[in-house]
Amino acid sequence: MLTDYLYKQLGLSDFEYNEIKKRLNRTPNMLETYLFSAMWSEHCGYKHSKNYLKLFPNDNAVLNEENSGGIEIGNHVIFFKMESHNHPSAIDPYQGAATGVGGIIRDILTLNARPVAILDSLKFGQLNEGKNKYLLEGIVKGISDYGNSIGVPTIGGETSFDECFSGLPLVNVMAVGIAKKNKIVKSIAKSGGIVVLLGSLTGRDGIHGASFASKELKSHSGHIKKENRLSIQTADPFMKKKVIEASLEIFKSDGIISAQDCGAAGILSASSEMAFKGNCGMELFLDKVLVREENMQPWEIMLSESQERMIFIVKEQYLNHIFDIAAKFEVNICAIGRTIPEKEYRLFWNNEIIANIAPEVLNNCITYNLNNKEPDYIKEYASKTCQDTEFKEQDIIEILKCPDIASKKYIYSQYDYMVGNRTVSKPENTSSNALWIKEEKCFCGFTADSDYRKTYLNPFEGSRNTVYEAFRNLISCGFRPKGITNCLNFANPEKDECAFQFIESVKGISQACKELKIPVVSGNVSFYNENSTHNPVPPAFFVPSKILPVPVIGMAGISYKNILKNNLKENYFIYLAGRDITCDSDTGGALYQKLFYNFLGGKIDIVDTNLELQLADFILNMYSENKISACNDVSKGGVFVSLFELLHTAHLGFKGNLINIENARKSLFGEVTGRYIVCSKRSLESDFKKYNLPFRFL
Amino acid sequence: MKSAVVVFPGTNCDRDTYEACRFFGWKCDYIRHDETNLQGYNVIFLPGGFSYGDYIRSGRLAKFSPVVAALKDYIKNKCGMTIGICNGFQILCESKLIDGVLTDNINNKFICSEENLIYQNTELTLPIAHKEGRYIAPDNFDKNLIFLKYKNNPNGSDMNIAGLYDKKNKILAMMPHPERAVFKETGNTDGRVIFEFIHKEALC
Repeated sequence: MLTDYLYKQLGLSDFEYNEIKKRLNRTPNMLETYLFSAMWSEHCGYKHSKNYLKLFPNDNAVLNEENSGGIEIGNHVIFFKMESHNHPSAIDPYQGAATGVGGIIRDILTLNARPVAILDSLKFGQLNEGKNKYLLEGIVKGISDYGNSIGVPTIGGETSFDECFSGLPLVNVMAVGIAKKNKIVKSIAKSGGIVVLLGSLTGRDGIHGASFASKELKSHSGHIKKENRLSIQTADPFMKKKVIEASLEIFKSDGIISAQDCGAAGILSASSEMAFKGNCGMELFLDKVLVREENMQPWEIMLSESQERMIFIVKEQYLNHIFDIAAKFEVNICAIGRTIPEKEYRLFWNNEIIANIAPEVLNNCITYNLNNKEPDYIKEYASKTCQDTEFKEQDIIEILKCPDIASKKYIYSQYDYMVGNRTVSKPENTSSNALWIKEEKCFCGFTADSDYRKTYLNPFEGSRNTVYEAFRNLISCGFRPKGITNCLNFANPEKDECAFQFIESVKGISQACKELKIPVVSGNVSFYNENSTHNPVPPAFFVPSKILPVPVIGMAGISYKNILKNNLKENYFIYLAGRDITCDSDTGGALYQKLFYNFLGGKIDIVDTNLELQLADFILNMYSENKISACNDVSKGGVFVSLFELLHTAHLGFKGNLINIENARKSLFGEVTGRYIVCSKRSLESDFKKYNLPFRFL
Repeated sequence: MKSAVVVFPGTNCDRDTYEACRFFGWKCDYIRHDETNLQGYNVIFLPGGFSYGDYIRSGRLAKFSPVVAALKDYIKNKCGMTIGICNGFQILCESKLIDGVLTDNINNKFICSEENLIYQNTELTLPIAHKEGRYIAPDNFDKNLIFLKYKNNPNGSDMNIAGLYDKKNKILAMMPHPERAVFKETGNTDGRVIFEFIHKEALC
């Protein structure tokens, strides 16, 4: 049979194909095989991660089963979600990054939430390689052109650099939206509705994007295969802007039963998921889909990932009204089918049935438990020690000019970070970014953070600490953290080492969220971030052909007072609140060790939950009593960089004693958890004592 | 005071401008790109954004819209004041309602920042966010038109020009976004003086 050959080409395994045959009780036809290949891909099916993502706590999250989850503030819900677009951006940085923004914006929009902000977490190889420069330029331009045009401000994020990302850039985009609580539209279909497709015409772009993102970027002699380029979707921000406005107006009509955006695996994934969630069926007439290319085959229409498309399930009596709205906003619209009570997903072509699968079979992809065992490197690396050498004044220049620490103005000045009249702070001046939520007279803080070196050394504790780092980012700006999203970027989960890193990372994040009582509202997994023939200029001790594990945490918090700004002035008191570095402190994974010694190893510092919570209470209380004039969490680059950032934005100098142990480099640049720089007009000594907190006057 | 904010497909500062007008207690309506009735408004805003996507030069398609045709009559008949902000400035230049052209920034990149500006011998800080904001003045340029100047000319404009005011035709055009500097919650209220100026000029 032809399909017996086809399924392998499409990336399904023998095991999966047999399971499909068993569940269908027959052999799928060609079209159905295409459908399964997309829906059962890693990208759509989360087949290697689903079993573990269940560990995430989600108490107090709103709609975490939907396209995006959120947190409640009064009569509104703030939705936020992060998603990766790594593979497309590696091949076509401009289009890849632009459609990455587009995709995540739709996940927010489909809930009837107006998108109000974007944050991005970007990772690149070192910029002395031309290829990485090209990727950075393209990715930043892609985000800039797209985000600016649709009028959603890019308010912040993070950028960092390491050899392991050479040619394998990570593009994680977080979108934020606001919805009225009683107007949220879900993706649960009901029978008796009309299926409507709104937005761009359907073309051949992005076909197989889902299965493409689920494999390693195979290359010959270092070049990415030409045919992979065809799988990249192209962005149309003008159409997206029109789709946003048209959709929000359509949602006002009361005629919408449910909505879903066309993302990975296009019409197929969006429509079948709605039927599945609604416990009903659907009939789609594919010849009714408006296409932009000739002779498109049914499978191409189903799998196309043409951007800027939404699917609505509409009450029939509202159909004309909704078509009128689409016409007003000059976007294409077509009715392509209907929902039915029978639990069948039926596709027609010129009135002939060409596929018929139960939505349940299509959407309940097989899931795998991962084979994992602790890789040998973990113990080996943990036993290494970094031989610190003497501190030189030049160190200060070296650390400040390191691209991870240096100003990212080149990037953020290309983003319109103020459109929408909600942005409170410049992207760089604070460790989290604030939006004015005028509807509820409050402010929301957002941050995106990751620490892949520590996560590599200790996947559980490193990931746990990443959550705490995001937590500290928000606390240092006066926000009470309320929820997280995450984007988990890993290599091939079918290999033991990566499987171990992934599982431990998920456990670490879950543990941290439980300790902090913060729900995971949404998330995304990106596997296969590796390159089989990838061979960057290797550092002395390891040759990465894949990325280090990068769980990125996006976190949101609330403040009814404005963001804690940097109001540091002359003669103010400066304290290090929390942990001090001693000769025995574990500072593995610290940036300075990589920078000065090209060293990665040692033990990483373990978070002390009680101390973190006490520090958080202290800072938030002191802030509400107006006793703090500036605050910064201490993370990459240690106490020196943290203090420098405050002084730099305040245009001030500093005289004091940062070095408390003999080893000056460790003292200045070492990274341990649980500490902040706190500045005040007056002495805080009695306050620190009252809260029973460790501190040091600097 | 009755104001209107024109909305082209792709305009994205319409709501910001509307909210700023409402902050000053002005009446405010949205006017779609295909509408032509501009009667009764003291001031018409062409707000920022990417009209019709601006995939070719900024403002090049918007100048053919019905609302811009109506705006030309509105200006000719001295019905009220016209304000072009950012993309609005670009549309005014493309429509030849303001002399000169706006071309790519000197660094060929989009620039978003908060710029120090000279306005009537005082200094104020307003946001800018544009890719084609480098103003090139015509040969016979009348310097009396200069309304706003950059202190540190970020985009390479002739004579540091950030905004122009054609008093005769009551057309005010600028690249900075005063509507983003009105609410104290966002940390900058320097834009209020521009709105106060508009109020004064529109009613005189």
